[in-house]
Order: sequence, then C-alpha cells, then structure tokens
Amino acid sequence: MPEHPTDPPEPAFSRRNFLQMIGITGMASGFRWPSAHASAVHGEAHEKSPRHEDMRTHVTMVVNGRPRELTVDNRISLLDALRDELQLTGTKKGCDHGQCGACTVHVNGRRVNACLSLAVMHDGDEVTTIEGLGQPGALHPMQQAFVDHDGYQCGYCTPGQIMSAVAVLKEKWGDSDAALREAMSGNICRCGAYRNILAAIKQVRRG
Amino acid sequence: MQPFAFSRANDIQQAIQAGTHASTAQQGAQVRYVAGGTTLIDLMKLDVERPAQVVDINHLPLDRVENTADGRLKIGALVRNADLAVLPEVERNYAVLSQALLAGASGQLRNMATTGGNLLQRTRCVYFRDAASACNKREPGSGCPAIEGYNRNLAILGVSPHCIATNPSDMNVALTALEATIVIQGRKGERSVPIDEFFLLPGDTPQVETVMEPGDLITHVLLPRPQAGARSHYLKLRDRASYEFALVSAAAVATMQDGKIASARIAMGGIATRPWRSHEAERVLTGQAPSPALFEHAAQVLLANARPQSQNGFKLELARRCLVHALTQVTA
Repeated sequence: MPEHPTDPPEPAFSRRNFLQMIGITGMASGFRWPSAHASAVHGEAHEKSPRHEDMRTHVTMVVNGRPRELTVDNRISLLDALRDELQLTGTKKGCDHGQCGACTVHVNGRRVNACLSLAVMHDGDEVTTIEGLGQPGALHPMQQAFVDHDGYQCGYCTPGQIMSAVAVLKEKWGDSDAALREAMSGNICRCGAYRNILAAIKQVRRG
Repeated sequence: MQPFAFSRANDIQQAIQAGTHASTAQQGAQVRYVAGGTTLIDLMKLDVERPAQVVDINHLPLDRVENTADGRLKIGALVRNADLAVLPEVERNYAVLSQALLAGASGQLRNMATTGGNLLQRTRCVYFRDAASACNKREPGSGCPAIEGYNRNLAILGVSPHCIATNPSDMNVALTALEATIVIQGRKGERSVPIDEFFLLPGDTPQVETVMEPGDLITHVLLPRPQAGARSHYLKLRDRASYEFALVSAAAVATMQDGKIASARIAMGGIATRPWRSHEAERVLTGQAPSPALFEHAAQVLLANARPQSQNGFKLELARRCLVHALTQVTA
C-alpha cells in the first residue's frame, strides 16, 4: 500500500524534474540560465524544488531619468517593482489584470499597463511614471489641466488617466471628441469624471 | 503566481532550443515565450498558466513589416498591434485588419500585444480563467460547467460536448478573411500553415488549440498580395462601445465585377471556438448581385449548424444582422 494513498501520481513532467532537465541541457547548449539551474547542474538542487530566492534576476532601468538597479523576484510585475521596490506609489494598482488602466506608465515613450508586464522584461528600458511627468510647483500641462477641469473625483485612476492622456496626444487619433474618448477607453473612471477628463485633454491639445 | 526561471533569448535558435524542453506547447506548457505579456502574465496571475521557464523573446529581430518579392506583406511576430493597425500599407490594402486591431483591447494593451501573441490569445470563458472551477481546456477530463452554466459570451459554432469556449481575438478574424499564412520555426525548421489549419476545433481535446508544438515559434504572418479593387470591413458588436470583447464580429473582403460579387471571403468572431470561415456562405455570394435577400441567405448558410446554449441564443440573430451589415458595406 502506498505511503500516502491520497497523493496524486507524479506526472511525467513534474516541475522538479523538468527544472533539472532544462538546467542540464540548457547549460550544455550554451544558453544562459539563472542560478537555480546552474546549481542543479552541480547537483545541489536535485532533491529540492526550486527555492523562491533562486528565481530572481538583476535588472537595470532608467526610471524618471534616473538609472535604477534592482534584483527582483521574476514574478514581480513592473507595477509592483515601481511601487514596492522603488517607492513610486503614484502609479496605482486597480484590477491588476489589464482591465482598468490605473497602472498606465510610459515604457520607452509608449503607454503600457505596468500590471501585465514583468519587471525582469525591462532591463535597459526607460520608464516614466506620474512622478517623472511633473511635481508640485512644476506640473506637466496635463496635470495642471486635470486640476483646472476637475478631471477626477476620488483620484485613484488619475495618474493612469494622465499618463494615458499625455501619450494619446502623441499617437495618431482624429480631432473629434469621439476619437479622444475611444483613445482613452483603456482608462476606467468609476467616479465617472469622463466629461472633465475630456475637457482637460482638449485644453492641452489646444496648447 | 508560481515561481519560474526567466531568461532572455538573444536569437531565434536559442528560443526554439528552450521551447523544445517542454512536453507540450499547449495548455500546461512548461516553457512559455513572453512578448507583450498581456495574455500570459494575466493567466499566470490566475494560476491558469504555470510555466517553469519564461523566455523573453522581445529582443528577437521579428519586429519589421516587409514586402516580399511576390507582393505579399510579411509581418514580424513581434510587430505590436498598435503599430500594425496604423501602418499606411495596412490601412490602404488590408483595411479589415487595421479595423479589427483597433477594435481590440485598449491603446495601452495594443502597444504591448504582438502579432504572434494575439494569434495565441486564450479564451475569456470564466471557467477557464477560474483555477478553482472544472474546465476541460485547463484540466482535461474535469468537465465543462459552461454548458450548463454561464455561457452568454461563449460559442454557438464549432462546439463540442467538452468545450464551448470562444476564440476572443479580433485580429484572428480579420487574418482568416484575408487568408493569412502563419510562418513557424521549430525543431524541424520552418513551415508555413494556412490560418484555416492553424486553429483546431475543441473536439474531445479542447486543451489543444493550435498546431503549435514544443519549440515552435511564430516568426511571421504573411498576407496574400492585395486583390485589385477589393473592399473590406470589420464590424464588431459588444456590450459597450469600446475596450470589450466581441459578442459577435464579422470580417468581410469582397471584389465586384459588373455589379456582381466576383469574390467574397467572410469570417466571424465571438460566436465560434475558432475564427469562423464559411466557404459555403461565400459560395452563396459568388457571382450574384448584392441584395439583402442574398446576404440573409449567406447568413442562414453560415449559421445552419449553430448550436446555441442556454444563454447565448441571441447570438444567432446578432450574427445574422452583423454579417448582413458587413456584406452591405463591402458591396455597396
């Protein structure tokens, strides 16, 4: 009788033996693997599941004009790296699944959802957050326009709205209100400040 | 999210080599390539995807759009949806593709999402996305709660007793109407797969969605040479005006000659387990003068084998109207 009758059978490709296999053949083929696999090759990790602390990667990013070096868990999103590792908490976590736009930042000048990107994918990238756009006393025109037009109520979606709006004015959209609304549809405002957000963007577009 | 090893592939062979260590490239793949991440990272957070190894392919030289010597358009797998949609050549010669891309997701997501990744986008079925639910696609043999459950957004065509999940992509519908070819590099070299053969019906193996094998990497999408005088249109119907998946969509490409439809290609989205091309409906149209009655007949033929579920019977009528409207646009 098996020792643990309720244990599921070990699949042919378990996480453990799979990691060992790719560690060994990965090295043999000259591919650069992270440290967990290197230790598997030297026989240290054969009987252990990969430890979380082995699954980390060193990343260098330029964030708001300043080079930043990080060693992060591979699982950390760009959003969590900005907020928790770099203390740039202006970027907000809403849905964490790309459905709300609260986490919008610029990567190499383009707006993206920071929640659906891994921090480790951004080695060498330039990232701009709401903090890098402008600061009290030296607001970006879009930040000032949101103040002027009351483009928020609770304010939680506002950093994402502003980062998106700045990018939208550099993208290829028509001049109509409908086109601007469509361009901004990836940023949800549950307070419903859309009318004022639109007015703010149009003020900046007019210059 | 499960822990995983991360590496960056510096060339295509490295990526393929890493992929070959997996036993499958379908659901449950131990190695995943990440490009935009908009599907993969989402599903990893939900524990629906649990790769042991993630290979970043963003630095591979697959980010260009080129014209081939024989007049086809060769789109690199890493070309972002946002860039492809506004490419003058795509707007001019393949308008249906530009319209479909712009109808999908949001500006931010389109800046991230790639041509190759969009082809491999996964279903939005709520049971697939909930790791605590049964789902034959995620856990083969566990059952399909959608058939008796929440199926409003799911398929009425191409369904099986095991799965009724919809392919959620807009781009795939346009590429199907355009008769795109998917270029794949893998263990055995390069091969080209017509998009009609790329997506598989669920049958009794809904966890197998495409012809992708371990080590396979989509490198390009090829569009046929544009047809002279062709008009094309993408119509997407959904619960809200933007940033929402299709309930029903239609891609139509047609050429006219002497007041008659010389050729027509139609594909529908939101209603089927894969992008749904109907050669039968196209045959109804070919050689005929456009008319509402003709379009109604084509829709009837396309939907003849539809199998509505408890909540999505409305898609029959919505699909009929959607197709008639799209065909009216391209033949007017």
